[in-house]
Amino acid sequence: MRALEIEALDVDLGGRPVLRDVRLHLDRGELVGLLGPNGAGKTTLLRAILALIRSRRGRVLVEGGPTRPGRSGIGYVPQRHEFSWDFPISVEQAVMSGRTGRLGLLRRPGVTDWRAVGDALDRVQLTGLRRRPVGELSGGQRQRVLVARALALAPSILLLDEPFTGLDMPTQELLGDLFTSLAREDRAVLMTTHDLVAAVDSCTRLVLLNGRIIADGRPADLQDADLWTQTFGVSATSALLKLVRAA
Amino acid sequence: MSITDFLTDLFNPDLAFLPKALAIAVMSSVVCGVVGCYVVLRGMAFIGDAVTHAVFPGIAVAFVLQGSLVLGGAVAGVATALLIAIFSQNRRVKEDSLIGVFLVAAFALGIVIISQAPGYAGSLQQFLFGSITGIPDRDLYVVGGAGLVILGLVLVLHKEFVAVCLDREMSRSMGLPVFWLDIVLYVLVTLAVVISLQTIGNILVLALLITPAAAARLLTDRLGVMMLLAPVIGGTSALVGLYLSWSYDTPVGGTIVLVATAVFLTAWLIAPRHGVLTRRWKRPMEEPSPR
Repeated sequence: MRALEIEALDVDLGGRPVLRDVRLHLDRGELVGLLGPNGAGKTTLLRAILALIRSRRGRVLVEGGPTRPGRSGIGYVPQRHEFSWDFPISVEQAVMSGRTGRLGLLRRPGVTDWRAVGDALDRVQLTGLRRRPVGELSGGQRQRVLVARALALAPSILLLDEPFTGLDMPTQELLGDLFTSLAREDRAVLMTTHDLVAAVDSCTRLVLLNGRIIADGRPADLQDADLWTQTFGVSATSALLKLVRAA
Repeated sequence: MSITDFLTDLFNPDLAFLPKALAIAVMSSVVCGVVGCYVVLRGMAFIGDAVTHAVFPGIAVAFVLQGSLVLGGAVAGVATALLIAIFSQNRRVKEDSLIGVFLVAAFALGIVIISQAPGYAGSLQQFLFGSITGIPDRDLYVVGGAGLVILGLVLVLHKEFVAVCLDREMSRSMGLPVFWLDIVLYVLVTLAVVISLQTIGNILVLALLITPAAAARLLTDRLGVMMLLAPVIGGTSALVGLYLSWSYDTPVGGTIVLVATAVFLTAWLIAPRHGVLTRRWKRPMEEPSPR
């Protein structure tokens, strides 16, 4: 059974077509990079997978079944600016907030929940900072808090939205390694990114998206300049192509 | 006036309105302090402002019809809170513009309604600026009961409110009913405002909601501590404010708000970690290690 299977998905936003005939599958163990320009529908695709928006046509199967918010084994890592970092809350409480939906009304976190949070913090190497207010963390640490929050649900699929934005190269490398090893631990990881170097370097597969899927393959198989000019709408002499060829 | 004189007056049967006013002022300040924490942390002070104005037409109608002011205010406030929550789901007009529309419209409606009642000028002043006299016994139970209901709901839904404050997108993906949680929070803010109207008045009640919570935020980086500190600051401000108001014959609502503001300014200057002066005195804090 595939971890994630997207079949002929059409999505409209405000009456405009955003995604058309998107077919994509992910297996456990894969780290897939979703690349495309602004407005290509990357975040929309993630939100459709999470069943946060309705699709016009097609369907999304997670572990063989349809997505239900809060019930499917999907860990979601939204963009960093979605989170209120000035909130007076510690790292471990922020990670625990990821289990709110699963806990349900009237239930307080128990031993199992704290163990899951502890494991998630261990996994992203934030255990030493678990009592620190989230407002005092650096960008890379914040990204890892969000990853831990998703991991606290022990998901089989991880969706990462622009995890590298605004981070320096060493931090990106560290996170890239983390995502690679998370995928190797029998998870399917799908991440959107603008960072071609990091994507080519760490992803096992790249998907080029611009309203529809333009290419889907191993980084080494996507050398054809046409695919990239078509996706990003850049000229054949663009710096982007030089970057892809070099990487 | 000394504290002893104040205590004597409190227990003087001829001044029965005084302990009643004190009880209502302290209870409503405590409730506002707790609810205000969400208002401050979510940056929805403007919504609080809108709701405080929105209760006015309800009070006016209740006044004209000789009904319960608390009940009238609650109905109007909740209705406006629902309108704002519903309209704000449509992102074409931003929330703050909507609030601007409804806030002034509701207040205008209140003024038109109350002008129909004979001898309204005196009552108007009482609504707007609060008063410690003329509180019916019944209100004591209404305020106490409503306060307990509000605090109970906060206790039950705290985890969910925090999740939505932290990250709406993530909350939706967890299957939380974000829209309904918004509505419940707006209604709680409205009720907290309504039970505070009697003593503090319509114009000043916003301060009870924002000032203690904002002062508490300056004093701590822990949410639990903040939600204990804010009601303590609010309750103490109400107590001290009422004492000063009684001693120096100043308006009670204004005095309570000024005491709370003094606490806020003190916290702003000398809070342990975030105070302006504290930071200047201490060496700059160690920067968190990079990455």
